[in-house]
Amino acid sequence: MKRIALLGMPNTGKSTLFNRISGASARVGNWPGITVDLMSAKILIGGHIAELIDLPGIYDIHGFSEDEQVVRHFLSNNAVDLVIVLLNSSQIDRQLSLVLQIKKLKIPAVLALNMADEARQSGITIDADNLAKELEMPVLQISAKYGDGLPKALQAATQIINQNQPATDPQVIAQFLQEDNQIEHEMEDLIQHHVQMPTTFTDNTTDKIDRVLLHKWFGLPIFFAAMFVLFQFIFTVGKPLQDGLAWALSVLRSGLLEPIFASSPAWLSGLMLDGIYNGVATVAAFVPIIVLFFLVMSMVEDSGYLSRAAFLMDALMAKMGLDGRGFVMMLMGFGCNVPALMGTRIMRSRPMRLLTMLVIPLSLCSARLQVFIFMITALFAAKHAPLVLFSLYVMSFLTMFLTAVLFQGQYKNAEPFILELPPYRFPTLRQIVLRGWHEVKHFLVRASKFIVIGVVLVWALTNFPSNVPPASAGTYAGQIGALFAPFLDPIGINSQLAIALIFGFVAKEIVVGALAVIYGMQGDALMSQIAMQIDWVQAMSFMLFTLIYTPCLSTIATIRSESKSSGFMWLSIAWSLGLAWVVSFMFYQGARWLGY
Amino acid sequence: MQLLSQLKIGQPATISAIEAEELLFHRLSALGFRIGKPLSIIRRANFNGPLQVRLGTTDVILRDTEAAHIRINTHPIN
Ligand SMILES: Nc1nc2c(ncn2[C@@H]2O[C@H](COP(=O)(O)OP(=O)(O)OP(=O)(O)O)[C@@H](O)[C@H]2O)c(=O)[nH]1
Ligand SMILES: [Mg+2]
Repeated sequence: MKRIALLGMPNTGKSTLFNRISGASARVGNWPGITVDLMSAKILIGGHIAELIDLPGIYDIHGFSEDEQVVRHFLSNNAVDLVIVLLNSSQIDRQLSLVLQIKKLKIPAVLALNMADEARQSGITIDADNLAKELEMPVLQISAKYGDGLPKALQAATQIINQNQPATDPQVIAQFLQEDNQIEHEMEDLIQHHVQMPTTFTDNTTDKIDRVLLHKWFGLPIFFAAMFVLFQFIFTVGKPLQDGLAWALSVLRSGLLEPIFASSPAWLSGLMLDGIYNGVATVAAFVPIIVLFFLVMSMVEDSGYLSRAAFLMDALMAKMGLDGRGFVMMLMGFGCNVPALMGTRIMRSRPMRLLTMLVIPLSLCSARLQVFIFMITALFAAKHAPLVLFSLYVMSFLTMFLTAVLFQGQYKNAEPFILELPPYRFPTLRQIVLRGWHEVKHFLVRASKFIVIGVVLVWALTNFPSNVPPASAGTYAGQIGALFAPFLDPIGINSQLAIALIFGFVAKEIVVGALAVIYGMQGDALMSQIAMQIDWVQAMSFMLFTLIYTPCLSTIATIRSESKSSGFMWLSIAWSLGLAWVVSFMFYQGARWLGY
Repeated sequence: MQLLSQLKIGQPATISAIEAEELLFHRLSALGFRIGKPLSIIRRANFNGPLQVRLGTTDVILRDTEAAHIRINTHPIN
């Protein structure tokens, strides 16, 4: 099978092109370092089936950060038939160096001058034909985002593939990679002859927006205000959708499922309806909020604002031994901790990577968001709800900062902080929809993997042995709850919540599903039942514990694989569990002492 | 001859030397820091935060520590 690789500096649109050609949904974002691992898809090109590979961005073939190593390693271990080198046309004056490096390696290549749309707007003209002659490779101007010029580029790629040139010899490449070269002068020469650029280049819109968003004094307040508004938006728009779906799902149960199971044995209808259906339906009702959340998230990621956040927060982060990029990883963690952990590959110094990986699991991910929305709706007045939720985000930051401050002595580093500031961009509808759909799929995969098994287990634990009333102290669940009581009573967590917490260790999506099963209820009935059993102080303590303790097994596995150290993984688990307990204890006992 | 970290906001300058270890040197040059290149500082973040530097078509943010590896010649504003 032919192998085609997409290669280029970070943030040049490789993943966008990859998605265009293959129809896959690799993550795209206006942040250098979105892709940190290989991703591949099968495509049909010129009658051949070929493997298309999306590589992480690489500044320099000789680069040594971990994401760049992925590329070096790939090229020195895999034969490739063609690389499509992408560069950002507006930055061709510096990015051409990578093209020349590839040429030196004698890899069959097509050069795609991407973002032709932006280059045109800023008055850059590139003589692609003559550049192609000098470079001895096809040069095409494209726009991966809008699809312009793609057919021609693919045609050029097809031609090379059909020539059946010998593929690269990984061993030779590995050798070349050791050597250094004098690409500098050659590059300047080419630019001087074939490219005209206005001497001072300013994207006026970006500059105007930055004058406000990066303002010396207002920059940070605007950032936090914007976050508050976004979460308020997600909550106010998402909540009615969730209520509607929950209502529809309960109608489905009483109208269709209950009659179907009316004549089956009690244990079967119990398992199917009170177990699986209640659990899964309660979780499924959150899908609209999650989709909405990721739509907003993908717009923020694609806007270029993340790099601005890095700029604004770097000084503060430096005091904790981290840098602005670490802050961006924390924000990405709001979606899911796993890609955020992998995103730390852009850091070169191991101590800084580890310190960042220690704080990321404390970032309030979308799965935890479900638990909080559920608990907040059950126990707080509607007008307080957004504020309570926001306070949990603040708490998430505080625990991350605290962790970094306490551990920075252990992870001293002198990592340089240099980051590109891309112009503001707005995602197309297609990009937004693709991302939203991708997250729904991700959610459904997790759901089918963990939630069904989880809720069945919870149902079994709360219904056996069968000679005691369901969910009573005599059941297995009750016994397990009693076992943990010495730890959990001081933080106000009863045995029902304890079972949910234990299963939450696997994945937070299970928590609300588990509660539905434990109480044998769904929707409004479930919420009012919980509100009768616990007060807001207990609920808050439960939420704080959920926020801080280990997010899920996938996160743990990622920590292990990214740090390549079980010791570090255990440290992370122990620290988050310990911190969760201490924070909940202080909150719960403090609130009780104050008379709440 | 002065260091980039000492350059005033808005004052144009050209790079005269980059004194950094190999890894940092590579990264800086890939981002466009090359001898003879004109640049200027757009803004500085508060509390000794990073600098936003504009080099031709690329904007880069970096800390004073990194900027101190880059020597520059200033031009008078005319
Ligand atoms: N205007 C414009 N924007 C583009 C084009 N292609 C990609 N983009 C945007 O550029 C940004 C980066 O795109 P990605 O596909 O994530 O870039 P990448 O090269 O995979 O980046 P890394 O994985 O970080 O190396 C996103 O905001 C895209 O929407 C284009 O042709 N025109
Ligand atoms: Mg990518």
